[in-house]
Amino acid sequence: METLISQVFAGLSVGSILLLIALGLVLTFGQMGVINMAQGEFIMAGAYTAYVMQFVFTNPGVSLLISLPVAFALAGLLGVVLEATLLRRMYDRPLDTLLVTWGVALILQQVARDVFGAPNVDVPAPSFLSGSVSFFGVALPLSRLFILALSLAAVIGLTLVLVRTSLGRRIRATVQNRPLAETSGISTRSTDRMTFFLGSGLAGIAGVALSQVGSIGPTLGTNYVIDAFLVVVVGGIGQIKGAVIAAFALGLLRAGFEYETSASIAKVLVFVAIVIFLQVRPQGIVNVRTRSLA
Amino acid sequence: MAVATLLTAGLALTACGSKVGESASSGSAGATVAATSAGKSCVDTSGSTVKIGFLNSLSGTMAISEKTVHDSLQMAADEINAAGGVNGKQLDVISEDGASEPTTFAEKAQKLIQADCVAAVFGGWTSASRKAMLPVFEGNNSLLFYPVQYEGLEASKNIFYTGATTNQQIVPALDYLKEMGVKSLFLVGSDYVFPRTANKIIKAYAAANGMEIKGEEYTPLGDTEFSTIVNKVQSADADAVFNTLNGDSNVAFFKQYKSVGLTPESMPVVSVSIAEEEVGGIGLDNVQGQLAAWNYFETIDTPTNKKFVEAFKAKYGQDRVTSDPMEAAYTSLYLWKAMAEKAKAFDTASIQGAADGVTFDAPEGTVTVDGENHHISKTALIGKIGPDGLLYTEWSSGQPIEPDPFLTGYPWAQGLASN
Repeated sequence: METLISQVFAGLSVGSILLLIALGLVLTFGQMGVINMAQGEFIMAGAYTAYVMQFVFTNPGVSLLISLPVAFALAGLLGVVLEATLLRRMYDRPLDTLLVTWGVALILQQVARDVFGAPNVDVPAPSFLSGSVSFFGVALPLSRLFILALSLAAVIGLTLVLVRTSLGRRIRATVQNRPLAETSGISTRSTDRMTFFLGSGLAGIAGVALSQVGSIGPTLGTNYVIDAFLVVVVGGIGQIKGAVIAAFALGLLRAGFEYETSASIAKVLVFVAIVIFLQVRPQGIVNVRTRSLA
Repeated sequence: MAVATLLTAGLALTACGSKVGESASSGSAGATVAATSAGKSCVDTSGSTVKIGFLNSLSGTMAISEKTVHDSLQMAADEINAAGGVNGKQLDVISEDGASEPTTFAEKAQKLIQADCVAAVFGGWTSASRKAMLPVFEGNNSLLFYPVQYEGLEASKNIFYTGATTNQQIVPALDYLKEMGVKSLFLVGSDYVFPRTANKIIKAYAAANGMEIKGEEYTPLGDTEFSTIVNKVQSADADAVFNTLNGDSNVAFFKQYKSVGLTPESMPVVSVSIAEEEVGGIGLDNVQGQLAAWNYFETIDTPTNKKFVEAFKAKYGQDRVTSDPMEAAYTSLYLWKAMAEKAKAFDTASIQGAADGVTFDAPEGTVTVDGENHHISKTALIGKIGPDGLLYTEWSSGQPIEPDPFLTGYPWAQGLASN
């Protein structure tokens, strides 16, 4: 029983990380059709924000909480700059966006290496996140609960923006039918930029969360960007609901496989499961027609 | 075309004849001729300098570690030059970037030997890079000085191994744990050659010494998700964890290890790949009080080491730390110097001939080269990570341990070398 609880929790916490890193891509890849390989580096920028903030605010708890909006804004701005300078020239050419953003990713990695040095750095956990709570005799790490809550908050926040705000309506209109949206007086240029800001900003938040899990280094993002794309594709491109289901399903699957076998084999089995799933259901878990790749 | 090839070969031969000819000692003359007639050695010792090569990853994923080795090699070369060089010749260092790619290491090694005509190459870190360079050094009959602890079960006439082999690091760590009353172990490692070989040795040791292995887990290099493994470790309830993880994974492992409430007191972790410079990246909070097995710590209290540490900090900054592989690299250059001076020559055969018994008063203590297997005797240390992030000696083998790369001196290890 205890093993089951701790493994389910492990799965949920892996899932929440997957969800957080994939959420930004739901917008930029799913809705705009841009394959942004630099999303991983936006995550890295968010993680380094958490690192820098601890020197600005001496209280680790305060600095972590302030890192969240700062990282969101910083990564969002990076995304807007990328969109305004390069990507807007290549909408509807997804493979070109892949190459260009990959180049940008390499540049950003080297910038990080020059600014922060090659060795990894650490963001200490604030006191309210170190340790664990006991749940039916199982120790649940507080840092993982925090990330779980953060990812759910991000999902709710993003959904509210898309459903309730006028920006959200403009984004949805632009995605569904760009010419018609333009004809009705929506500036699709500025909508694109705002979409990219949101999508990239979410990567920044994911970076802050990851600073509590592992190491912060220039290549932090490359470890996660493939997983993020997998979640979006399995979930059904452009679907928040799909991404939520896919992230937690893959997390639980990995935790389950890993418990029964080993970490290396679990990774392979998760891949096999994804391949089989996409054979049966190429459109992903949730399917709504969009103008994007699928 | 054929004419050109012949001409080049002829030129190379004449060049060798006039330049390598320093080795007057009768024992090595035959070998020198053999190397010369192969038309490969083009080491130029006619001038006031002798070329040597440094081959470290200055870019890519291994740069974090290998840059520090490059720094300490550079310091050794500067010191040697300031003190008058080797056999009266100044060292002319040619640095190449292995770029964290084994194939690049092999290509650059080839370039250093054939185009730059270096007398010896110092560097390499991963076992993959060493394995890729080995045929290059054997094919060209040149020399590599390799400074990192590794999985053992290897010995080449063309490589000098100045880091620990398994009986100088892993076996002493197990002896220490046994002494501390540890009856069961959990093994956690990255999924590649070093951890798998190390764990094979650990399992053989455990079987012979009545220790129980409660679990053995591998995770892909660079993996950062340890929830499940930490759960397994926790429920296995072993006396200690033996950690052969490499690189970034250590950070994630220790963070997650601590977050479920495991401590050095409840279940200590012994690591073989975490040195002083990694502690900052892992976060001192997460590893303080944990153990590491090496042959050198910055805190070793000897005049030689104090001088080494002070010189390093003066050259590269007070916030820099020294570590085992850096010290082994520094030592390797001095060992080569001692061999060259004993042989009064720079060619491969003379160096090999002079190697046996060469000693150096290294920062880690006195080390001696074993001419048979080209490893060196080293003192084994177990250290605890202190509140300042440095390692402090908890246990020492007291005296240098003879290198035994194939573990022939250990009855329980019979058969390991063959499979």
